[in-house]
Amino acid sequence: MPALRWGRQLVAAVRLLLVATVVLGLGYPLAVTGIAQFVAPGRADGSLVEVDGEVVGSSLIGQAFTDADGAPLPQYFQTRPSASGYDGAASGGSNLGPNSAELADLVQQRRAAVAAFNGVDPADVPPDAVTASASGLDPDISPAYAAIQVDRVAQARGLDAGTVRRLVADATAGRDLGFVGAPHVRVLELNLALDRATGR
Amino acid sequence: MSDTASGWLQVALLVAALVAVHRPLGDWMARVFTDARHWRVERLVYRAVGVDAGTEQRWPVYLRSVLTFSAVGVLFLYLLQRVQGRLPWSNGMAAVEPSSAWNTAVSFVTNTNWQGYAGESTMGHLVQMAGLAVQNFVSAAVGIAVAIALVRGFARTRTDVLGNSWVDVTRAVTRILLPLSVLGAVVLVLGGVVQNLSSGTDATTVAGATQFLPGGPVASQEVIKELGTNGGGFYNANSAHPFEGPSAWVSLFQVFLILLIPLTLPRTFGRMVGDRRQGLAIAGVMAALAAASLALTTWAQARAGGAATQLAGAALEGQEVRFGSPLSSLFGAATTLTSTGAVNSMHDSYTPAGGLLTMANMMLGEVAPGGVGSGLYGMLVLALVTVFVAGLMVGRTPEYLGKKLGRREMTLASLYVLATPTLVLVGTAVAMSTDAGRGSMLNDGPHGLSEVLYAFTSAANNNGSAFGGLSANTTFYDVALGLAMAFGRFLPIVLVLALAGRLASQGRAPATAGTLPTHRPLFAGLLGAVVLVVVGLTYLPALSLGPIAEGLS
Repeated sequence: MPALRWGRQLVAAVRLLLVATVVLGLGYPLAVTGIAQFVAPGRADGSLVEVDGEVVGSSLIGQAFTDADGAPLPQYFQTRPSASGYDGAASGGSNLGPNSAELADLVQQRRAAVAAFNGVDPADVPPDAVTASASGLDPDISPAYAAIQVDRVAQARGLDAGTVRRLVADATAGRDLGFVGAPHVRVLELNLALDRATGR
Repeated sequence: MSDTASGWLQVALLVAALVAVHRPLGDWMARVFTDARHWRVERLVYRAVGVDAGTEQRWPVYLRSVLTFSAVGVLFLYLLQRVQGRLPWSNGMAAVEPSSAWNTAVSFVTNTNWQGYAGESTMGHLVQMAGLAVQNFVSAAVGIAVAIALVRGFARTRTDVLGNSWVDVTRAVTRILLPLSVLGAVVLVLGGVVQNLSSGTDATTVAGATQFLPGGPVASQEVIKELGTNGGGFYNANSAHPFEGPSAWVSLFQVFLILLIPLTLPRTFGRMVGDRRQGLAIAGVMAALAAASLALTTWAQARAGGAATQLAGAALEGQEVRFGSPLSSLFGAATTLTSTGAVNSMHDSYTPAGGLLTMANMMLGEVAPGGVGSGLYGMLVLALVTVFVAGLMVGRTPEYLGKKLGRREMTLASLYVLATPTLVLVGTAVAMSTDAGRGSMLNDGPHGLSEVLYAFTSAANNNGSAFGGLSANTTFYDVALGLAMAFGRFLPIVLVLALAGRLASQGRAPATAGTLPTHRPLFAGLLGAVVLVVVGLTYLPALSLGPIAEGLS
């Protein structure tokens, strides 16, 4: 008798799982995909950014503005350090602890490098410039990190600092609804605007 | 606006939203589980499944159904991952290794969503949709069903039946989880969360490099991941990934989804036992503990403790600029207080005090407010312990809602309280005494111990978040954490349903002048104290060697 009871439960369990797999595992995501592609196709496809018909990235996904050797390109605003090197197939953070000696070394090296690259005092380098993000794909930098890059970018492009500062302001978003999250500068948008301003 | 003001306003908006939906959703859920009629689509399901929806089950039968359904779920999910390479929509992903597939199968069926793998390089779209996301729904439904069975134990008298588990699981999906998920998924898509069937796009970046931009049916999975307090990210970086958490308001909406059902179920409980004040007291204790933990976490993160953090100037390692510190702390607190385990920032890089708090949140036993269903049944068991302790003080037979708590009831409640800490501490001890266990730590010293302690705490409490530095995708951790998740989920369920059966069979003792009122602040305060004392006494030694030692060094 007990075996029979377990058997009936087993049959019901298998059948319920099959129904759930069809309805929740196929019907539901496909229906949501249909709705999403109807109401907001651009966003549902990853907010891709195209220049001259070529996909240059996503407005949501950060990228590295470095040369083939990994050296930062002076004509572009630089994004944050990334534990994954902005590899879109391997998101994640460094997971180094708050007392990690390795992290402490990295922070000091980054501070010195960012200060030298931008010609600013190491004390003026903001925290987001010396820390790796959670996703490794952070598309944004703080307004403070953008501010210390303005003169270097302006010089590299032969623009005046005021023009660059205006483009930074255009690419800066405040807190959502005025109080949710933190102010941030959208780096890809900013760099594309710079390219347009200098006719590249 | 300062970060502090922004942090307060975010919490205020969140609280206002949760309060606004508390009554309507709580009352709706009570209706769902007391409604005598079946929807037409539900009758179709019952016919396909071959169960008689009109028959109620005794507790052993209810338990057997739940366990069988979960076991079948583990087996199916394991097999699906093992044959991934031959399935369509797999984006060229190969079969998942056996130990990893076992770990992931148990992880998703137990509502834990511990992830030893990286989503974007392991799981194709089909396994994500038809395997993982399905368990996100049904594991949450099982949690709700078990909680409802316990509530019926309090609500009913002199009966041996607790309801029909197939009906409860089905209704939790058709009337609660699925409609809310469709709505939520659309909101997420409008916020920028991706939802497509593409296997990804190769972009040529501004600097001329090639960058892979992943695709996937993310929004549909993201919403149930939070609503069902599951937590398993589509991508490795979870809700910190810009395609899962594209903006700050979306992240705040996700926190709302995480807290929605766990904080509303006490209202459902109050309705079903016919005394809404009882539900309010339980919700009040959950909210007070959560508020205290959130305040401490936010403060600790803003203080930026830790040598490396101090050098950087702020606790921004493992955090996203668009979210900022207060919203990251809010998400971190909500996800660990609810057994969700999704993250929008990396807990391993939190300040020593912040990391300690995320761990302590889980050690509360996931009751403030805990996972969907599991939070309510956990808190109700602790309420019984509280009544018992209070009864000892005044020398009266303890009662809760007119149910007498005798030796059998208290034995079950005590075993419940002991089960999870035993798994956590024994698991951590075994790991620390073996080479296989120690070899996976990224950081050394106390922080390394914290990584292991966090892993077993997360697994046994069915949370699923990680101090991500631990290389957990090894045979040792796949098996050990898989066992911790399975026992951490199903031992409590066995005890809860046995308890529900005992309670339902009792009559109801009339309240007298000597009965402890369980809806007053006095009782709520006692309950909060019991939660904290049980945790404090159990985990303090282990915490002292890990995060406390780190914070003091």
